[in-house]
Amino acid sequence: MQTGLEDQLGLYQKRIPIFTRSVKGRFRRFKTSVLVLAYAIFFLLPWVPWSRLDAPAQAVLFDVMGRRFLIFGLTVYPQDVIWLALLLFIAAILLFFVTGLVGRAFCGYFCFQTLWTDFFIWIESRIQGERPARVRLYRQPWNREKLLKIGSTHAAWLLASFWTGLTFAAYFAYAPQLVVDFFTGQAAAAAYITVSVLTLATYAAAGLMREQICTYICPYGRFQSVMYEPETLAVHYDAARGESTHGRASVRAGRGIVVERRGRERAQATVVQERRRVNRNSGERALAERHEQGLGDCIDCGLCVQVCPAGIDIRDGLQYKCISCGLCIDACDTIMDSFGFPRGLIRYDSEKNLASPTPAPPRLEWKRLKIIGYGVALLLMSAYLVYSISTRGNFDRAVSQVRQPLYVVLSNGDIRNRYQIRITNKAAEDQVYTITARGIPASALDLAHFREITIKPGHSGLVQASVRLPPALAAKTQQFEILITPKGKPAEARAEVVRFDKPSLLP
Amino acid sequence: MSEQKLQSQTVQTTGHAWDGDLQEYNNPLPVWWVYTFYATFIFAIVYWTIYPSWPFGKGWIGGLSDITYVNSAGETKTHSWNTRALYLEDMNKAAVEQKPYFDKVTSMSYEQISRDPEVTAFILSSGKALFADNCAACHQSGGQGVVGFFPNLTDDDWLYGGSYEKIHQTLMDGRRGYMPSFSEVLSGGQIDQLANYVASLSGLEHDAAEAKAGDVLFHNETAACYYCHGVDAKGRKEIGAPNLTDGIWLWAGVAAAPSGEGKVAAIRTVIAGGLSKGVMPAWAGRLSPEQIKVLTVYVHDLGGGV
Repeated sequence: MQTGLEDQLGLYQKRIPIFTRSVKGRFRRFKTSVLVLAYAIFFLLPWVPWSRLDAPAQAVLFDVMGRRFLIFGLTVYPQDVIWLALLLFIAAILLFFVTGLVGRAFCGYFCFQTLWTDFFIWIESRIQGERPARVRLYRQPWNREKLLKIGSTHAAWLLASFWTGLTFAAYFAYAPQLVVDFFTGQAAAAAYITVSVLTLATYAAAGLMREQICTYICPYGRFQSVMYEPETLAVHYDAARGESTHGRASVRAGRGIVVERRGRERAQATVVQERRRVNRNSGERALAERHEQGLGDCIDCGLCVQVCPAGIDIRDGLQYKCISCGLCIDACDTIMDSFGFPRGLIRYDSEKNLASPTPAPPRLEWKRLKIIGYGVALLLMSAYLVYSISTRGNFDRAVSQVRQPLYVVLSNGDIRNRYQIRITNKAAEDQVYTITARGIPASALDLAHFREITIKPGHSGLVQASVRLPPALAAKTQQFEILITPKGKPAEARAEVVRFDKPSLLP
Repeated sequence: MSEQKLQSQTVQTTGHAWDGDLQEYNNPLPVWWVYTFYATFIFAIVYWTIYPSWPFGKGWIGGLSDITYVNSAGETKTHSWNTRALYLEDMNKAAVEQKPYFDKVTSMSYEQISRDPEVTAFILSSGKALFADNCAACHQSGGQGVVGFFPNLTDDDWLYGGSYEKIHQTLMDGRRGYMPSFSEVLSGGQIDQLANYVASLSGLEHDAAEAKAGDVLFHNETAACYYCHGVDAKGRKEIGAPNLTDGIWLWAGVAAAPSGEGKVAAIRTVIAGGLSKGVMPAWAGRLSPEQIKVLTVYVHDLGGGV
């Protein structure tokens, strides 16, 4: 019956659970400090007070209803959307710049998916124990112990997810009030929706999906390859050193320890016991012996695989699933130290350097067109953003000519153009603005009763101006300036150049 | 390892064989697809209970999401969900939000409004919408009018007066502009003379001799133009007779005519044919008093009033 039927590839692969072993080392320390710093900022920032005249005393508050972002002393209005564009551009360029230099550093150390996954794994290991215990728990049938441990892990995850969601929402409303309102059922519907969506998303992404987010969902994980160059530093396994001519091999009995496949879980413990003896035996001598036999430096302990949160084997080479977190470096260094072998079998290095017959010590190569280009763009845009924020006036203005009709011929032959002037007060207090014109006689500008206009902070004022010129003067006037001056602050005056239109044939 | 396993899977068949070896693959739909399909059933049932769905007797099942609104007659109505009811409900809400502003407009004098930046800004934006809905069909979106049909509201020439009160009166009661036809009263030559005289009043190119004869006709009982346009030809605002001495022409296509003769001919057409199309409807019954007040200020500010 089955003859002639083709094999078909399965479309979906069930997630293979990953139980990471914890590890100590430089990169683990760096990751932990980034995590602590990032969490301190994210979770505490909404609670930092900041006194304001006309807004809640919260240092960072995205006041959506009031159409403004309050960030410490700065108030950002929708008119400042260019800053957001600049910020996004800077963020993108920074990502490209760093990736070009040291690979997916963002993925490995700073991405919130990595941070939250790291934190959730930490919770998991606190409740369920180290990797062997977790594997055992996974394999054992459901019983009271398993139910209790797995259940409490998920409960803790949900709690952490919930607080993540609530903290996010706290950036959009006065935090102390929001938390009270939230639990008394008084908060806005948007708050409940945001918190529940974020709780579920965080729980799913950091608790259940983890590396699948990076592998299947995250677009950055996929397009990072275009930013890599042969000189880019990335987490690499030095295959030449690790495999030599006869491949990797465990350390034989007598020389060190036998790390059997089944015994891998005990590897670390045994390693510690044996460390002193082996070191005394001199790692160099052991290494020389291995080299004689054509064996590589890799003892195939598998620790680099066990610590990997992406569940990959770095010894298979650079791969798209690698988030470049450096934990395998820590794992390998630990093992190398314990045998007295030199560190750096897995290390940050470039493909170019590794491919050379005699690899030099890895170093940051920045003298590349791509890197310099990104760097210059980064500097220019950052400088412009800082300049733009620091020199922003206390008011925004837009002068637009009324276009229907562009001009009007009056009964005595004079030409009239009209303009709408919109002034937005960005200062913290009421301000009076004086409107004048430059380049035309003062009497030609008619502002009705609004030569001076008072505008409340955060509000806009709309003034209609009409300019009336006799035909002879109109023929000569192509454009003029409308000058807006905050009363008492002549230095902050701003001029807007506007056109003056007239019929093509003037009498 | 898992990839190998996946690749070795063979496709199921339905179990039948025709003509000896003809078989049919059994490729079941992906599980997620099937469950999504089931979920759409649940969604549909939820949807039916919330929104109007099935015909029932002479009506339909209204669902749970009724909408209550106040209609234009002031009656409170409750209706099962539909977009029109939703629109009316939204308009009710908008009216509540606009009310404080309209109240302010109603309570303030024109003079006070012209000095209040907030109310002026409100009138500039709400008046623009009202103007677009009710006035722009004739006067155009910017109020620039159409020569020969609808007056320009952005210039400084007001047929019936440009004060707030006069504009308000025009809006409330409407206007009817009329000029009789002179083709049966006057000879063709006399109409030519009058046209040249009118052209001379605003400094257009004209035949001086003809204009002189026209001057006589204008001021005697033959044509009797001065009845309406005044002895000085500057018009009479109380009856909407236009000023003939300025540079603004509503009815005659003077500006568009390329030559002096053309301009005179354009004036001649109006004298010979007369006018009866200068009709502005009354808005008193169609718009609320506060809407008319907003439009009064808006139109006044278009041309700067008088």
